[in-house]
Amino acid sequence: MSTFDNPFDPDRNLRAGCACGQHRSAAEHDQAALSLHCEPVESEEKRYEGVVASAVMRAMFPQDAARRAFLKSVGASTALAALSQFFPLKTATEVFGQAGAPEKKDLKVGFIPITCATPIIMAAPLGFYAKHGLNVEVVKTAGWAVIRDKTINKEYDAAHMLAPMPIAISLGLGANAIPFAVPAIENINGQGIVLAAKHKDKRDPKDWKGMKFAIPFDYSMHNYLLRYYLAEHGLDPDTDVQLRSVPPPEMVANLRADNIDGFLAPDNICQRAIYDGVGFMHLLSKEIWDGHPCCSFAASREFITNAPNSFAALTRAIVDATAYASKAENRKQIAEAIAPANYINAPVTVLEQVLTGTYADGLGGVKTDAKRVDFDPFPWQSFAVWMLTQMKRWGQIKGDVDYKTVAEQVYLATDTKKLMTEMGLSPPASAYKSFAVMGKTFDPAKPEDYVASFKIRKAS
Amino acid sequence: MTSSLRLRAGLVSIALLAAFLGVWHLATRSTGATTTMSPEYAKLMGLTATQGKSAMPGPLDVGAKLWEHLKRPFYDNGPNDKGLGIQLAYSIARVGTGYLLAVLVAIPLGFLIGMSPLLSKALDPFIQVLKPISPLAWMPLALYTIKDSSISAIFVIFICSIWPMLLNTVFGVASVRKEWINVARTLEVSTVRRAFTVILPAAAPTILTGMRISIGIAWLVIVAAEMLVGGTGIGYFVWNEWNNLSITNVIIAILLIGIVGMLLDQILARFTRMVTFPE
Repeated sequence: MSTFDNPFDPDRNLRAGCACGQHRSAAEHDQAALSLHCEPVESEEKRYEGVVASAVMRAMFPQDAARRAFLKSVGASTALAALSQFFPLKTATEVFGQAGAPEKKDLKVGFIPITCATPIIMAAPLGFYAKHGLNVEVVKTAGWAVIRDKTINKEYDAAHMLAPMPIAISLGLGANAIPFAVPAIENINGQGIVLAAKHKDKRDPKDWKGMKFAIPFDYSMHNYLLRYYLAEHGLDPDTDVQLRSVPPPEMVANLRADNIDGFLAPDNICQRAIYDGVGFMHLLSKEIWDGHPCCSFAASREFITNAPNSFAALTRAIVDATAYASKAENRKQIAEAIAPANYINAPVTVLEQVLTGTYADGLGGVKTDAKRVDFDPFPWQSFAVWMLTQMKRWGQIKGDVDYKTVAEQVYLATDTKKLMTEMGLSPPASAYKSFAVMGKTFDPAKPEDYVASFKIRKAS
Repeated sequence: MTSSLRLRAGLVSIALLAAFLGVWHLATRSTGATTTMSPEYAKLMGLTATQGKSAMPGPLDVGAKLWEHLKRPFYDNGPNDKGLGIQLAYSIARVGTGYLLAVLVAIPLGFLIGMSPLLSKALDPFIQVLKPISPLAWMPLALYTIKDSSISAIFVIFICSIWPMLLNTVFGVASVRKEWINVARTLEVSTVRRAFTVILPAAAPTILTGMRISIGIAWLVIVAAEMLVGGTGIGYFVWNEWNNLSITNVIIAILLIGIVGMLLDQILARFTRMVTFPE
């Protein structure tokens, strides 16, 4: 991460990312260790010194070329000495270091055992929380309503939630209105529509009238995506089919028992149904909307206000873990790390198929889609606006909605952007982006028009 | 009971068990590979799909798994994965706490109500309404007001085990034979002494029967409560294994829940026998 590199290295670009300790020669490493380098990290303080010095250097030399020229001509140690002459680097570092120390180190984070929670879970066995100075216990939880209540009751400091849940909680839908916030999205894509094996020949949604489908929760992307998909194919999800909220593990059992005809569920559940031979993959959720968010990392505003540094450290750990999980070469290792009973508790084969994207489709074929599930932490506010339009479309919210305000209050794009920049990642410049769902473009600036443009929706 | 009867009963029990295991084994045999699959595809699939293995585990699978659990009952792999011994201990501790609290409330209260016909009549409608409520119906309310899931679980145990004890105590105290109380009265025994030396021994068998019913209910409820709140306990274990669709472990948990429930019941049955007297 560039946050941690030596700002006095003339050859290093301060703005781009770089991993610590990747020096080109031993001499350079020694020199770095002598001045301000942090790899190996000697102490928190040293690391912050690096961050502060790098910020100062960046301010003094907005142009990289000028900084490099300056450093080349005078040398790093002279530069540092000169800099500390007229800038109280030590004091600034102390202030920064104090601001960085977490108020609360022992934290509890709740999760639901599905692959969407991968960054939250793997951050524990792979040491991402420890790296950011936290001692986090990840606690498996029975269901979405329970995780909501336990987070509201402060048994958990932060939790894994479905992306629309913090919005729903903040608006007081299905719970008391308590302000919640989302600093990071967990995963994008990674869901699927699975149908019972007997429906092999009913691949056209138009034939699905009267079928029963399971979704994990009312306030879930699964609900909105399935409704969207059905509606685009001319079925009214409220009258033509039955949608039931079913806890994910029970979906496979219900599918086997013939209580439901299919489900739009989080992975590993989809793959598990295939693995056990009860269903087949009709469609990856990515084919409905490529890059859709699914689950989020959420905390209450109260926790953020009371322990801003713990919260920032948590967010950094999650962003770090998400970045690690987004790399294809790490996925096998992650699958093994999160499979044991302490975490997801599922066969490694199933998790590997989900994470690597090479999977059995349940119809006798093996398919490959490296982006079946992906991880991207940035909490786009346009995602929140889209979810609000769907809540409005299906009658979950009545009356007028202030899309922008709600989205900006719940999805902390600005704060995350700042953190990501500090960590040397390159977050997007805007918090809004347009995207297409099943070919239909969504313009986050015109949510009302978007809602009105759907023929099938709940009359309100 | 003659010893030959006992022997014959034992033999029938064993025969029944053997027959049950035999039928179970036959019913869950794998049917062999049903469809042909490419090896590449088969590698990605579970045994149910490839070998035609029944989704229901056979007795041999369960036995092997049970042995595995019994070999290391107290391992601790972090907050979400603990040995069966630890899980059972958590459940028993929860049941014990909730149950003891219920005993502390129900028996004195029952005594009071039983000795006073006025209170008995006045409180009767409340007790009648509260008694039939399913203990799990209290759960959302408890979670909402107590704001702590483990205390909520204990509260649910408390609330479900209090009624049988309370009602049995009231009944036992109220139905002590009038002659005995009158004798005590003629001898000018004080009220407190009368309660402890006459009424308590006389009502003890009924009270203990109530306690025995209560512990049974408490043990029934803890599993459901732990499935809801999660974290620790045998109910959580069932839920966690259900999550992994591991029916084998669920069956093992069912077996253990049965055994522990039986032990708890037997302990109270022994106490009941100790205080029973011939009339």
